[in-house]
Amino acid sequence: MPLVSFRDVQKIYRSLQGVDYPAVEHFDVDIEAGEFFCLLGPSGCGKTTVLKMLAGFEAPTTGEIVMQGRPVTGASRERGVVFQGDDSLYGWLTAVENVEFGLRMRGMARSERRRRAMRFLDLVGLTGQEQKYPAELSGGMKQRIQIARALVNEPTMLLMDEPFAALDAQTRSLMQAELAAIWRATRTTVLFITHDIDEAVTLGTRIGVMRAGPRSQVKGVIDVALDGARSRTDDVFLKYYRQVYEMIRDEVAASLARAR
Amino acid sequence: MPASAPHRWWSAYGGYVLGFASLFVIWHLASRYLVSSVLFPPPSVVFAKALTLLRSGVLLEHLWASIQRILAGFIAGSLLGIPIGLAMGSFRPVRKLLEPYTEFLRFIPSVAMITVAVIWFGIGEASKIFLIIYTTIFIVIINTAAGVSAIAPNKIRAAQALGATRTQIFFHVALPATVPYILTGMRLAMANSFTTIVAAELIAANEGLGKMLWDGRMFMLVDDIFVSLVTLGLLGFAVDRMFRWSIYTFAGKYSPAT
Repeated sequence: MPLVSFRDVQKIYRSLQGVDYPAVEHFDVDIEAGEFFCLLGPSGCGKTTVLKMLAGFEAPTTGEIVMQGRPVTGASRERGVVFQGDDSLYGWLTAVENVEFGLRMRGMARSERRRRAMRFLDLVGLTGQEQKYPAELSGGMKQRIQIARALVNEPTMLLMDEPFAALDAQTRSLMQAELAAIWRATRTTVLFITHDIDEAVTLGTRIGVMRAGPRSQVKGVIDVALDGARSRTDDVFLKYYRQVYEMIRDEVAASLARAR
Repeated sequence: MPASAPHRWWSAYGGYVLGFASLFVIWHLASRYLVSSVLFPPPSVVFAKALTLLRSGVLLEHLWASIQRILAGFIAGSLLGIPIGLAMGSFRPVRKLLEPYTEFLRFIPSVAMITVAVIWFGIGEASKIFLIIYTTIFIVIINTAAGVSAIAPNKIRAAQALGATRTQIFFHVALPATVPYILTGMRLAMANSFTTIVAAELIAANEGLGKMLWDGRMFMLVDDIFVSLVTLGLLGFAVDRMFRWSIYTFAGKYSPAT
């Protein structure tokens, strides 16, 4: 049984003028425990909508999302979330206090939660920065806090919404390598939203390519049979890149044509 | 090369010192050579008078009366305004219900309420404190409510995904995220309190800086009027600095940007 199943999920947004916009329709996908599932699609295709529904921030209009046999009805600490921007961090708390947040809400003793938070700050390479406030840290470091804050809470699954999209190219590439290493060490199930083919092939064990919206759905899923650290110059990497590229090319064109 | 201590002090406060010095120099020149009238005393005369009034205890008595009223009304107004603002920002029905009050009453200036206050509460302390509460509460409510609605939705969502309950989200996310807005509202309210207290004391009071102004007019004590004016300016400046300093020290990390 898959860890998560989207079953014929539809999401309709209604504008202030009362016009319905079907963002996703007949969306079906299964995510297995332990995999790194990348959901790839052109901008505006409803990727983030899918993540918000699985996180429990928004309910599907029709259809259902089932996790471990139970329908998703709201946010839960079983599903940790890493957001694209840094506006989800608490600016009045230090890095370590941000990471401890979930444990503190659970009522864990101070020394124990501090110990755990420090371990995860270490995992994301932020040792020595724990007493700094988010405003004092770079964009990459802030995303590391978000990752540590989600992981220390021991979620069954991690949802990441284009977490590196706002970073510069060098930092992004470094963060991708570190995330891959963290994932290999923890094997937490990940749903990773991205519009970047290179990022999807670098990180994913499976890549779901979405159609251009409206009424977006999964066009196809590609298994990435690459183990360990991946190199952009490998022939196999390029083979997957080309395969994904050919699948998404028409969708990007469709998305651009509509935006015009 | 590290800057020396006096050098650092000068670069931090030098501008202020020069600014204040120029203010008094211009005042002095204007009253001596431009106007040259007993109706516009130079700073030296005003400070001499201030010293006399300080020694006799009269100035402190007026000053303390005004400060007490401002503090009592300002603290009460803030303590009432913050929870109301939080409730209005958090719950749409509460906002709908209370907005007519805030949107109607905030356009009636506290100065206009002086007559009503005196009729209701007499010329004693109660009417002054009522007026300061009145001038404080709406600005604190509006700023607090605006702060709550300005919270980034992802801050709330992150807390939900980390397992926080609604109550926890209120106390650990919504409240601290609103602190800079609350403090800004309080700072603006403090400035309003000064305006209001002087106006109220001008009209009905037995002591206070406003009463001092009124007596000065009645008995043509021009020097007394200027002592009161300078005291008001210095007191307001000092209180505002203290506010900014406490915002900076206690809540500098509560930056609204993050």
